[in-house]
Amino acid sequence: MIGITKRFPGVVANSDINITVRRGDVHAIVGENGAGKSTLMKILYGMQKPDEGTIKIQDKQMSFSSPADAIAAGIGMVHQHFMLADNLTVLENVILGSEPTRAGRLNFAEARQRINGISKAYGLDVDPDDLVEHLGVGDRQRVEIIKVLYRGASILILDEPTAVLVPQEVDELFNNLRLMREEGQTIIFISHKLDEVLSLADAITVIRRGTTVATVQPGQVSARDLAQLMVGSELPVPELRESTVTDQVELQVQGLTVLSADGRTVIDDVSFAIHRGEIVGIAGVEGNGQAELVEALMGIRPAEAGRIVLAGQDVTALSTRARREAGIAFIPEDRHRQGLLLESPLWENRILGHQTRPPNTVGLFIDRSGARRDTERIVKDYDVRTPSIDVPASALSGGNQQKLIVGREMSDDPSLLVAAHPTRGVDVGAQAAIWDNLRTARAQGLAVLLISADLDELIGMSDRLKVLLRGRLVADADPRTVTPEDLGSAMTGAASEVGP
Amino acid sequence: MSDLFVAQRTLSLRRLLARLAPHKLLLTLVAPALALLFAALISAIVLVGSGASPLFTYRSMLEFGLKPDQIVNTVNQATTYYLAAIAVAIGFRMNLFNIGVDGQYRLAALLSAFVGGAVHLPAPLHVALIVVVAVTVGAAWASIAGILKVFRGVNEVISTIMLNAIATALGAYLLTTYFSVSVAGSNNIGTKPIGASGRIGGIAFPGTDNRVFGLVFLAVLVGVGFHFLVNRSRFGFDLRATGLSASAAVASGVSVRRMVLLTMAISGGLAGLIGMPQLLGSSYSYSLDFPAGLGFAGIGIALLGRNNPVGIAFGALLFGFLDQSSQILDLNGIPKEIVLIMQGTIVLSVVVAYEIVRRVRIRQQQSAVGTDLATPTEPQEAAA
Repeated sequence: MIGITKRFPGVVANSDINITVRRGDVHAIVGENGAGKSTLMKILYGMQKPDEGTIKIQDKQMSFSSPADAIAAGIGMVHQHFMLADNLTVLENVILGSEPTRAGRLNFAEARQRINGISKAYGLDVDPDDLVEHLGVGDRQRVEIIKVLYRGASILILDEPTAVLVPQEVDELFNNLRLMREEGQTIIFISHKLDEVLSLADAITVIRRGTTVATVQPGQVSARDLAQLMVGSELPVPELRESTVTDQVELQVQGLTVLSADGRTVIDDVSFAIHRGEIVGIAGVEGNGQAELVEALMGIRPAEAGRIVLAGQDVTALSTRARREAGIAFIPEDRHRQGLLLESPLWENRILGHQTRPPNTVGLFIDRSGARRDTERIVKDYDVRTPSIDVPASALSGGNQQKLIVGREMSDDPSLLVAAHPTRGVDVGAQAAIWDNLRTARAQGLAVLLISADLDELIGMSDRLKVLLRGRLVADADPRTVTPEDLGSAMTGAASEVGP
Repeated sequence: MSDLFVAQRTLSLRRLLARLAPHKLLLTLVAPALALLFAALISAIVLVGSGASPLFTYRSMLEFGLKPDQIVNTVNQATTYYLAAIAVAIGFRMNLFNIGVDGQYRLAALLSAFVGGAVHLPAPLHVALIVVVAVTVGAAWASIAGILKVFRGVNEVISTIMLNAIATALGAYLLTTYFSVSVAGSNNIGTKPIGASGRIGGIAFPGTDNRVFGLVFLAVLVGVGFHFLVNRSRFGFDLRATGLSASAAVASGVSVRRMVLLTMAISGGLAGLIGMPQLLGSSYSYSLDFPAGLGFAGIGIALLGRNNPVGIAFGALLFGFLDQSSQILDLNGIPKEIVLIMQGTIVLSVVVAYEIVRRVRIRQQQSAVGTDLATPTEPQEAAA
């Protein structure tokens, strides 16, 4: 790919990207959240057209206007979120969209033979007749990979494939990928987990703020060098100054157990406390119960057992609204799904989550001028870049949307903030601003539960760290002494004690 | 000080102008106008296919429809349609589909007519009692679907359709078995007529003996109330938030179950009002010839009016006008069912037009914000 540029309204997602991938390589593309990796891959897979630049495969210039063109050119993509039909079998899912037929009827025998062939060749162990709904996450991913290979792909794009896997599954996946490499498949591997990248890749391209900054060999660099490249030199550093922790307990969680919709225990007997003026960080590989913990604290998901006590008041039985009124603020992990009404103007989004409190409401009615005035305040104080408070939230960039949410949640004098990935997918400037806000609020006595996948953020911004693994709090860590490497191994269950 | 004053005034003026930005207003009006034109074109093709002249057809409809008699009929029909569409629209605002407005309205009209015919009270109390019975019956019948959805997970579309069928059968059974008195000079049966104290007089209109339903004001009141409830109240905010993003609404503290129960009941209560203008204004009794299918017309009109009280008023008047003006067609040997085709194409093309406008607008806003912000930040970007 040479000189790829893609502009979106208001932002340049990719500019002048140059990547050369050699045949039979595992080529990793790393970069921060929001650096433009996904956009780049969408362009390569034909889901979006570049505004400038060319894509060449074996010296032949390509122009993809749809994924079908990319598939025809031998490019296959395994998405981060699986796209499988739960109520069909593995076999049916794989052939869906390219069904082999004989005399107008589906030819299952041929398909089964080919799938078994692919499974065997690459060690992708799946029974073609299993229903997809019975499969675990790792198996589903294998089905996705088979699906792509079945369509004759010789270049595989894997978009953050390990984000949803547990460590053993990651090892299995890497074994599969190594086998594929031996068979001459080209693999493009997107990730922001540097250890994985270093252990697997033959070449690594770093993307920062939408452009390629370097291509390196894994033998020549350390994880630290890569991190430096990923974020550039003039980085905001997450750090806390003097401790503001008080001895007043703001949040006390005792023996909290939460079940998933299908009855599995996703949070298992979790207990912890957060004091006023303290930030407690929760580290863990994504999918180990973080989302469920947050939803249980917010009252979105019922607690099966245990108690949640806020400033001495048992809130376990309270609704989400009552908990918010009691002083819990919430920065959700997915701002588009849980944090904003995208089609509504900014000032209506100011009301969201604070529907029952001034300045948004007077009695049973919405106070438009009050809400508008306070939105102006948030826009000014939190540096939300917007031409007016009447534009819909969807028109803002991710960082500005997030600043609006942070500003909103810091209003009304909260006593506890549940912050899930507060700086995910935002630019460096917004990240620094959000960290500043957290520090200020902490100094004023706010208790914060911080959940993040960014280990530097966790270590830098927490007074205490806890490690969540398969729904249990398995270890404590002292952020002043722990290294990201130690924390990482605790997150995968390799070590039960962290630090010296 | 005067400088400040002027500055403030220009600011608020600019805000007002921004809200009424010409291209925005233009898009809002042009889209349905184009859709109407398109629908007229399709109907013209159908007319030509069935051997009639479209121009002649449209002209005779217009001439007939604008006679005083027909204007009054149109307004009366539109009043009923308006209430039906508002009942549907309140559910639509939170993506709740009350397809059962039809059954709710007929059951409510039957029972309130029976109660109204059975009692004698001072005028305001008599009317109030009838209306309260109608609203209660409509709300109760709709709540069955709400309760089923919240506690048993039954899709409200299916349950309300089923409840329509049950309401039809239940209504016929109650009417024939318990409530009926024979209507003099016909084989129609209906409830005992409501006494004079329970009736609402009509409004005279020049050039005709037909009278406009007195309860046309009820429709206006309901429209204004709908606007305040949806756009100005906390309940309305929760309602809209749920419709725009259920997950965000839940995270903000909205109890979706409570919203479903309440909204279903309100929608059903409004459905209960649909029969009132006719019952209290002209028929005074519920009989077998009470119109069916109003709930379904209401769905189309709510879509046409974009669930907005003013838009729905235009939609209701348009549908009422088409209904009334088509009466002339049979006399001219043109099948009046052509009007049903017109109504259908209007709804379809308007819905498509709105969606196009919505997408164009989102893109415009995004690029507007982009250019607005790109200018000052550009030098910084270059320096970085």
